[in-house]
Amino acid sequence: MSAAATLPTWTPLTMWYSDGWTVTKRNLTKLKRSPDMLVFAVIQPIMFVLLFSQVYGGAIQVQGTDYTQFLMAGIFAQTVVFGSTFSGSAMAQDLKEGIIDRFRSLPMSGSAVLIGRTNSDLVLNTISMVIMMLTGLVVGWRVNSSFPEFMAGVGLLLLFSYSFSWVMALLGMMVKTPEVINNASFLILFPLTFISNAFVPSDTLPDPLRLFAEWNPVSSLVQAARELFGNVGTAPVPDIWTMQHPILTVLIGVSVMLVVFVPLCIRKFASISSR
Amino acid sequence: MSIIEATGLTKTCKSKSGPVHALAGLDLAVPRGTVKALLGPNGAGKTTVVKMLTTLIRPDAGRAIVDGINVVEDPKTVRRVIGVSGQYAAVDENLTGFENLEMVGRLYHLGGTAARRRAHELIDLFDLTEAGNRPVKGFSDGMRRRIDLAGALVINPKILFLDEPTTGLDPRSRLALWGVIKQLVTDGTTVLLTTQYLEEADQLSDDIAVIDDGRVIAEGTSDQLKAQIGGHRVVVALIDAGDAAAAREVLGRHGDGEPTVSGDGRGIEVAVGDGPRALQRVLADLGAAGIGLHDAGMRRPTLDDVFLKLTGHVADKTADADATDTKLEKVT
Repeated sequence: MSAAATLPTWTPLTMWYSDGWTVTKRNLTKLKRSPDMLVFAVIQPIMFVLLFSQVYGGAIQVQGTDYTQFLMAGIFAQTVVFGSTFSGSAMAQDLKEGIIDRFRSLPMSGSAVLIGRTNSDLVLNTISMVIMMLTGLVVGWRVNSSFPEFMAGVGLLLLFSYSFSWVMALLGMMVKTPEVINNASFLILFPLTFISNAFVPSDTLPDPLRLFAEWNPVSSLVQAARELFGNVGTAPVPDIWTMQHPILTVLIGVSVMLVVFVPLCIRKFASISSR
Repeated sequence: MSIIEATGLTKTCKSKSGPVHALAGLDLAVPRGTVKALLGPNGAGKTTVVKMLTTLIRPDAGRAIVDGINVVEDPKTVRRVIGVSGQYAAVDENLTGFENLEMVGRLYHLGGTAARRRAHELIDLFDLTEAGNRPVKGFSDGMRRRIDLAGALVINPKILFLDEPTTGLDPRSRLALWGVIKQLVTDGTTVLLTTQYLEEADQLSDDIAVIDDGRVIAEGTSDQLKAQIGGHRVVVALIDAGDAAAAREVLGRHGDGEPTVSGDGRGIEVAVGDGPRALQRVLADLGAAGIGLHDAGMRRPTLDDVFLKLTGHVADKTADADATDTKLEKVT
């Protein structure tokens, strides 16, 4: 007698939760078994914090605070933006290896693979974040705000990273090979994070770049983190709405990314198959 | 009643040289409890059919019913009764064999305990003990394919889809896999398998559908198909190409249809109805005519013969048609 007849019928919610967890666990196991990825996620943040604070610390003047205080929020933002690209290359890799065909032939929740992907990448980014904060504390970074504000800052950075993971996951399902994602992220995300207020105050930039930096969503994220960690200097904040209300701007951006890209990802996933 | 029923399946893919019809109105019916083989060369559309019936890709036109369920309208219900194993093993390289199977069981919603128990059973059944507790990467292709097949059997599916299950396997693994498939069929599973080998279709299936250019061009039991193309072929190799005309006349007299002569003029071949006896008569007549031979014998028809007979072209289309087929073949 076929066991298929006795398969339980689960409610969509149970299925969503259980399948999402099963795939998350699979991704975390993968991560544990490929230490190069983990080392990368740990070493790179340490290196960035040390390089920037020690090399540029003496040269870059920031009004009303020292460079290390100013720098850390920028490095946090850059790391979570780059960390999210892993969602894209990992999706592309799964597609290439054929495991996506296995998942799609199973009666599992249609969003579980994506939930699992973004969840496990959130774990990876959280690990990076903790490492960076500890390194920051070692080189003299201090949080000058209340504990709830600090937690809100961490939450905001991770929320941004999580929603950006969905954007990258969609790209990962659209490209032909995982390498495309890595190259594209290098070409697009480096300028995006560097032409911002992450590493230097944006008013030091030449006019066209300054304009770009002020409207750059990464700048809002950095500004929001600086405010919540109490690391802002005395320099005036550019007089544009997104910089004057950085926390709200980030929350709106995160909502838009989730509302647009979660459904797009789920729809795309329902039609992809290994090449 | 047929457990798989497909009518007019059509799929057009884009390629560099313009649109290609991966499937051009394919009809297929598989009765419950039987084994159907889709036989065809690379690029014929076999993988596309399997991907459609297993809900992985949607047809541009046509209708497919699996176990009474429309695959486009209700893919999730279809997925509850099928098992799929592809030509390119869909296993997670970083998980162990056991973890792969347990994960599949959980995603069928067996629950943790049942999923683990079933994974253990399959590890034993497929002789995977070695790969059970170590990550799959580092094991041979044959081992991966067995894990992949085990993954398709986690729920004892009503219908099992096997896309070129033995391509790239060594002869021993191939025989072992045939054994497993035969056992499943005895237990009542319906199987749809694709293959490039007539012998495999012959060994495993009740019924064969020959596919070319995205259509079924012939259908029947293996015996029916072979009768259609002539059961055996008598092949002789001449010492002197100058004897070709005389030898051709002799083979033509005892064979069904026109003999074919190879490029160098020395190899001559003809389909025959009653194998060994025809060979005896051909050899006797060639001997009487004083024609010297390097070699002589019989061979069974191959996919190439089937194709040549049915389509008038040889079964070698590395061009495009079904890009997936072609590409994966290069990988394996």
